[in-house]
Amino acid sequence: MMTAVAVSVMLGTRLDAQGRAGGQGAPATTPPPTAQASAPIDLTGNWVAVISEDWRWRMITPARGDYASIPMTAEGMKLADTWDPSRDEAAGEQCRSYGAPGLMRGPIRLRITWLDASTLTVETDYGMQTRLFHFGNWRAPDGPPTWQGNSVAKWETPAAPNAPKTGSLTVTTDHLRPGYLRKNGVPYGASARLTEFWDMATEQNGNRWIVITSIVHDPTYLLVPFTTSLQFKKEGDNSKWDPTPCSARW
Amino acid sequence: MGSHSVFGTMVGHARIAGAALVLALVSVPASAQVDLNGGWQSLQHEDWVERAPGSDPVDYTGLALSDAGRARALSYSYAQYSLLERQCIYYTPQYVIWGPQGLRIWSESDPVRGIVLAWKISSAVDRDVVTIWMDGRPHPSENAFYPFSGFTTGHWEGNVLVAHTSHIKAGFLRRNGISSSDRTTADWRIFRHGDYLTIMVIVSDPIYLAEPDVVTRSWALDPKATLATTAAPCVPVSELPRVEVVGAVPHHLPGKNPDVNEMTERYRIPREAVLGYQETLYPEYRKKLNAETFITQDRCKRYCCGWVALGDAGSSAPGLTCITNGTNQPNSTPLGTPFIPPPPR
Repeated sequence: MMTAVAVSVMLGTRLDAQGRAGGQGAPATTPPPTAQASAPIDLTGNWVAVISEDWRWRMITPARGDYASIPMTAEGMKLADTWDPSRDEAAGEQCRSYGAPGLMRGPIRLRITWLDASTLTVETDYGMQTRLFHFGNWRAPDGPPTWQGNSVAKWETPAAPNAPKTGSLTVTTDHLRPGYLRKNGVPYGASARLTEFWDMATEQNGNRWIVITSIVHDPTYLLVPFTTSLQFKKEGDNSKWDPTPCSARW
Repeated sequence: MGSHSVFGTMVGHARIAGAALVLALVSVPASAQVDLNGGWQSLQHEDWVERAPGSDPVDYTGLALSDAGRARALSYSYAQYSLLERQCIYYTPQYVIWGPQGLRIWSESDPVRGIVLAWKISSAVDRDVVTIWMDGRPHPSENAFYPFSGFTTGHWEGNVLVAHTSHIKAGFLRRNGISSSDRTTADWRIFRHGDYLTIMVIVSDPIYLAEPDVVTRSWALDPKATLATTAAPCVPVSELPRVEVVGAVPHHLPGKNPDVNEMTERYRIPREAVLGYQETLYPEYRKKLNAETFITQDRCKRYCCGWVALGDAGSSAPGLTCITNGTNQPNSTPLGTPFIPPPPR
């Protein structure tokens, strides 16, 4: 028994509570807190991408055939070599580089709000896109794949007892409409899946950052998962929010 | 002492040992922590050109340099490596995120108190071990020694290791001569998510930076990694006869750097971006790059496929033909093998 108590204490669980659950005299079940109420970090607000990495491939549109850093398959490269922004424009496909796997590496601002207690909205001014992060038992609707796909989110919090209220967000996105990882036609396909880990950092001077570890899985066009990390700095207001439509060239 | 008391003592010891065993097995810390131990494979999916073959001599894109930082960088000449005394100058600790190397991370424990004294990040041929002291010791006096490794202390905030480095010897921020002063500090966040490790470093330098340089990188856990904790010592070698006057330090005088227009000519990038002006880091700068100031090149001419076509184990793509270096010629020459141009016709 002592061992059980010790283990229980160390794991931060409560034997009495577990014992009562479902038993006679158990208190009325209280619903679990919503995703919004249980958020260990506050991602809401206005954020700006600071383009301190891959500047030449993110701030400007690189040349056709410039695949530096991306672990593409020969098949992916063959397709990318045919990149033609005029063709994308004519086909109404100018948002190809604004799908979730490519969007977040763009020169963007984010506006993050709660749509409801279990849905986090991430809007971008660049391409005027909206991503919806669904918590809980959300079921994806039927329909064709979209640029932003279906995103399921969950909070990750430390397991330790008495740990400070902190944690991260894991987002998995699939059902993506095929698009580009890079503006110059580096492709991802219909089977691509995006996994993101969203963390926060607060400097001593009060500056706040979102750090996203982004992992794109695409066995068709990628040799290995394309893994990058991004940083967004918190802004005090939305005065620099500048919505611009998708462009196949810029 | 009777047999009963001896037995009682033994039972007491057994209980203590049992409790200790339980504590050890459960191993849940009082505040959240994660295990960073292991070999971490470098994922060079960002800034591959900078991290592998090396960026162009005057490529300060993605940086917010101060005027002093820009002037100092433009004075740099790669020929400084002809000076034996400069060949083994180490990079500063934050170069962990700019270098191409994998990392071995391990903890060192206090054998008496049983606590983690420090986390250590392996060195590289051009960088010292980073030691993150976790035992609450203060940073030394401002007048203390400034080693290339700096002095770093850390603590856990939930599952994130937070660290601060001071006492960094003056060195380089990047390989192409961008300087880092001895007033530089670095703030670290180390995040682990399953088999992925992401490190964020915020480098502040009131002398050479107009705003802190904030960079994040990711690594993947590699159980097969056999990374050494320390690299072989650097040995200066005179490979070529010095072309400069003995005693002189190769440099460029103000306004005389011959490479200052190279990026603009090769990639049509405006000079303020090439030279690391602060405004170029933010999305609104992109609005200035309209059709009149920037035209996408028709075709990539150098470093087009990055590491994919270099033939590294597990990374080569069958059937791939690429321009993997700076020659403008399709090839699959492994990195490190000198490219031999064809004989003149």
